[in-house]
Amino acid sequence: MADRQIMNDQDIKRALARVAHEILERNRGVEDLVIVGIHTRGVHLAQRLASNLSEFEGSEVPVANLDINLYRDDVKSRMSPRIRPTRMPVDIQGKKVVLVDDVLFTGRTVRAAMDALNDFGRPQQVQLAILLDRGHRELPIRADYVGQNVPTAPDEVVRVRLIETDGIDEVAIVRAEE
Amino acid sequence: MSLLNAIETEAQPQIEAAAVRKRRRHVLDLDDFSQQEILEVLESAEGMSEVLHRDIKKVPALRGRVVVTLFYEASTRTRISFEEAGKILSADVINMSASGSSTEKGESLLNTGLTIQAMGVDIIVIRHPHSGAPYLLAQHLDRVGIINAGDGIHAHPTQALLDLYTVKEKLGRLEGLKIVIVGDVLHSRVARSNIWGFVKMGAQVILCGPSTLLPLDMLRPSGNDDQDNPLASVQVETNLDRALEGADVVMALRLQAERQNGGFLPSMREYIRRWQVTEARLSRANPDALVMHPGPMNEGIEISSTLAHGGRSVIEQQVTNGVAIRMALLYHLSAGGE
Repeated sequence: MADRQIMNDQDIKRALARVAHEILERNRGVEDLVIVGIHTRGVHLAQRLASNLSEFEGSEVPVANLDINLYRDDVKSRMSPRIRPTRMPVDIQGKKVVLVDDVLFTGRTVRAAMDALNDFGRPQQVQLAILLDRGHRELPIRADYVGQNVPTAPDEVVRVRLIETDGIDEVAIVRAEE
Repeated sequence: MSLLNAIETEAQPQIEAAAVRKRRRHVLDLDDFSQQEILEVLESAEGMSEVLHRDIKKVPALRGRVVVTLFYEASTRTRISFEEAGKILSADVINMSASGSSTEKGESLLNTGLTIQAMGVDIIVIRHPHSGAPYLLAQHLDRVGIINAGDGIHAHPTQALLDLYTVKEKLGRLEGLKIVIVGDVLHSRVARSNIWGFVKMGAQVILCGPSTLLPLDMLRPSGNDDQDNPLASVQVETNLDRALEGADVVMALRLQAERQNGGFLPSMREYIRRWQVTEARLSRANPDALVMHPGPMNEGIEISSTLAHGGRSVIEQQVTNGVAIRMALLYHLSAGGE
């Protein structure tokens, strides 16, 4: 069965440019902003958003990486997740944090990410930017910035590939096996 | 079908890794670890090390899990670092030692293990003076993960992993390095696990010490037939100066005085003269060579005091990294369910 492409490299580029503008509009610039990417692909998207922001606004925005595996509520059912180093180069106390991930699905990753953030300080505000929202939330969580909304079936697999990790920019839906 | 699987696993690399390999339940020695799995543990330890450097060292990963440390032998660093590792990950850690327990009333190791299992414990960390004791528990307990924290003269896998981690952290790689392990290799479970670990990671291991204290049976299990012998690359050199030529890592081992009744050494003085790792001897190694010791040290016997506390020594770093490695292993055994 063929994959169904949802976004190509140009779509992703435009979506990230628009999301960057929305972040600037909502926060009236980049003051007090910290972009926090969730491992693995969220980290690369955070980098891209941050470079968009500094390009549009002319000043650097700090970027941090977060590994949320130590905060999951489903350690036992996840198969051997690796722990990657969290890098929090700035104090997030009182800052406006924009969490970045590739796909928003059940919301459990975002919940874990908010717990993880709390261990580093108390941000003034936490916002959520997502490349693709596929629905099926299990928690009361929504994104502030969305690259694209795509209705999916729960058993479908959304595959995000990025140049940094996979050599190509693409989002596709793969229907899972019956 | 295989195509679809390939696509799915690409999207979820964690699931792919687990699908290829059966989930690990026990850590008994490094001989059954693949290079890939060792790399995974080292990578996770790097993530754990970041947690160790936070102001508030606590994450909820193993909330609700129970870890028992069962020590039939004295220990400072291994036991404390396992306890610290478990507590940072929010597991409940219960310490038990042979003295003061039912062992004194004659309870066997197996019955102690079954009792602990019946209490719903998730992981047992065991140290035992008899080689193979953790294997006995692993064989008979079906609901508990076993971590070997040192068994007799056989294995000490968590120490070997922290040594690999320390070397990789300091020198940036493991492959192709020249590792010299000096001293009482025969009685050293640390050395035996390190031999497996470094060989699997593609390093060149050289064992040095009096020939009475080298584990020739381990290196050549079937005589001189090197075919299918995974440890065929390990070299033996009794002359320390020759062994140290161009070394990247020098690991001194504790001369285990309690195990020296068998007439292995002519005299302590001769041992010190020929095999003590000193500043002068180290000049033959690479200029940035690391000096390691698994502890506890006999300063002035297997290693000179100036070297043990000098600039090339990473002995304290080894202890710090021990906590990160043990966090990674506790997590590694807990993550992923049936």
